[in-house]
Amino acid sequence: MPLIQVNNLAVQFSKRKVLKNINLTVEEGSVTAIVGPSGSGKTTLLRTLNLLQTPSEGSVEVAGVQVEANKLNKAVTRQIRAQSTMVFQQFNLFKNLTALENVMSPLIYNKVATFDEAKAQALKVLRDFDLEKIADQYPVTLSGGQQQRVSIARAIVSKPKVVLFDEPTSALDPEMVSGVLNAIAKLAKQHITMVIVTHEIEFARQIADQAIFVEDGEILAQGPANEILSSTGSGRIADFVNSLENRGQPETANVVEGHTPTNQHRFKVISNRQSVATGIQANQ
Amino acid sequence: MTFSWSYFIGLFPQLIKYIPLTLIMAVVAMLISVVLGGLLTLVQLYAARPFQLLVKLYVSFFRGIPTLVLLFIVYYGLPEISPVFKGVSALTAAIAGLGVKESAYLIEIFRAGIASVDQGQIEAGEALNFSFVRIFTSIVLPQAALNALPATGNTFVSLLKETSLAFALGVTEIFADGKLLASASLRFFEVYVAVGLIYWVMIIIYTWLQKRVEERLSRPYRRVVADAINSSEQSSSAV
Repeated sequence: MPLIQVNNLAVQFSKRKVLKNINLTVEEGSVTAIVGPSGSGKTTLLRTLNLLQTPSEGSVEVAGVQVEANKLNKAVTRQIRAQSTMVFQQFNLFKNLTALENVMSPLIYNKVATFDEAKAQALKVLRDFDLEKIADQYPVTLSGGQQQRVSIARAIVSKPKVVLFDEPTSALDPEMVSGVLNAIAKLAKQHITMVIVTHEIEFARQIADQAIFVEDGEILAQGPANEILSSTGSGRIADFVNSLENRGQPETANVVEGHTPTNQHRFKVISNRQSVATGIQANQ
Repeated sequence: MTFSWSYFIGLFPQLIKYIPLTLIMAVVAMLISVVLGGLLTLVQLYAARPFQLLVKLYVSFFRGIPTLVLLFIVYYGLPEISPVFKGVSALTAAIAGLGVKESAYLIEIFRAGIASVDQGQIEAGEALNFSFVRIFTSIVLPQAALNALPATGNTFVSLLKETSLAFALGVTEIFADGKLLASASLRFFEVYVAVGLIYWVMIIIYTWLQKRVEERLSRPYRRVVADAINSSEQSSSAV
């Protein structure tokens, strides 16, 4: 059953169309990866799904709530947002609240739980992500990886139908990445519907059911993740996938992942990510 | 005439009797300016364009005229325009005038404080489907208030000193009393230095208090302090 349906969507910034003719469907319980070069419009696409970005044409439907670009208003915007939450590249935790209070906030501010219920639920989610011991710390005292895991906890505590991820690991130090990817992988196993904008191709290949390749504001390809994100073959997408997999390495060196003798740091990071990926496989 | 220490020291018991009046003027004027400035900041940020322009005009006017002129307009000028203002006492007029004047400065300070809260947190609130009022009161305001606190404190410091202008409306506060004492004894130097010292000490005490409050409130945002708290908690729990 489709949970998200986007029809003929376009987004315009003053005179420039940054998204055009976007059609996509996200099945309930599935994971969709949106990939593409910087500036292609993938983040804008994600942000239109909860109307942080206003569409100029077309329609968005999330969990049965449909909105037309020309019929936007406050009420329908909040109805759409009630269906989904978002995890941001820069975490965007509320700096005046502790980690626990951040996770409690969706339950309390949207009046879906009492204080005690909210606290119990929030603590449970924090425990699931192994964040219990930092519950009373303020965001500024947390590492980037911890902040991002708290923000994932905050996004899922109210059990939204969809969680949107906007490059959740792009602002992190390399050694923090695997912890956050693990947290996302955990959600995938619980069949929470997710749409993820990411540059972590290997990760996307492992957890995504569907992949969407965006370039110049248009969807260039859409299909099963393992096909779309395949690095074999030729063409624009394979080139892009290859360029991501080889980033940080000399262009001429055609080395196998994880066996880069000249770059110990890179080696460690990749093997981390592979263990994440194989961990998911083993659990499936 | 040489500096008379005995006369100088003898002035203080007389002058400090007026400290409460000065403090009342400053505090009440400050409360007026915070409420007025806060409301007008909201108008400037979120109301329709014509209202925003009116607030701009307000800020420009009250920042642009000398405080003494403003006080004269309020106390001597307004009763001519409307009989409503005829019964207004000099003290009330001084407090109202100072409050309005400082509110114009506070609007700018509050606006900068609100702008300093990063857009990302507001977007996070929107993505979590919080209402506009909720985002403003629970996320933006606490952080904006903290950011605006030092500059707001400076406004209070200048307000405290400007209460001395109330002498010109006939309010007997520290400075006015000093003038009376000086014209009786003709020891101008001793009297005005004593008056100056009293303001200075009040401001030193206030500045110290404000610093304590700032430190307390900014704990969540300061890594070093928070770490110190954590480690002290850990060591105390270890014991």
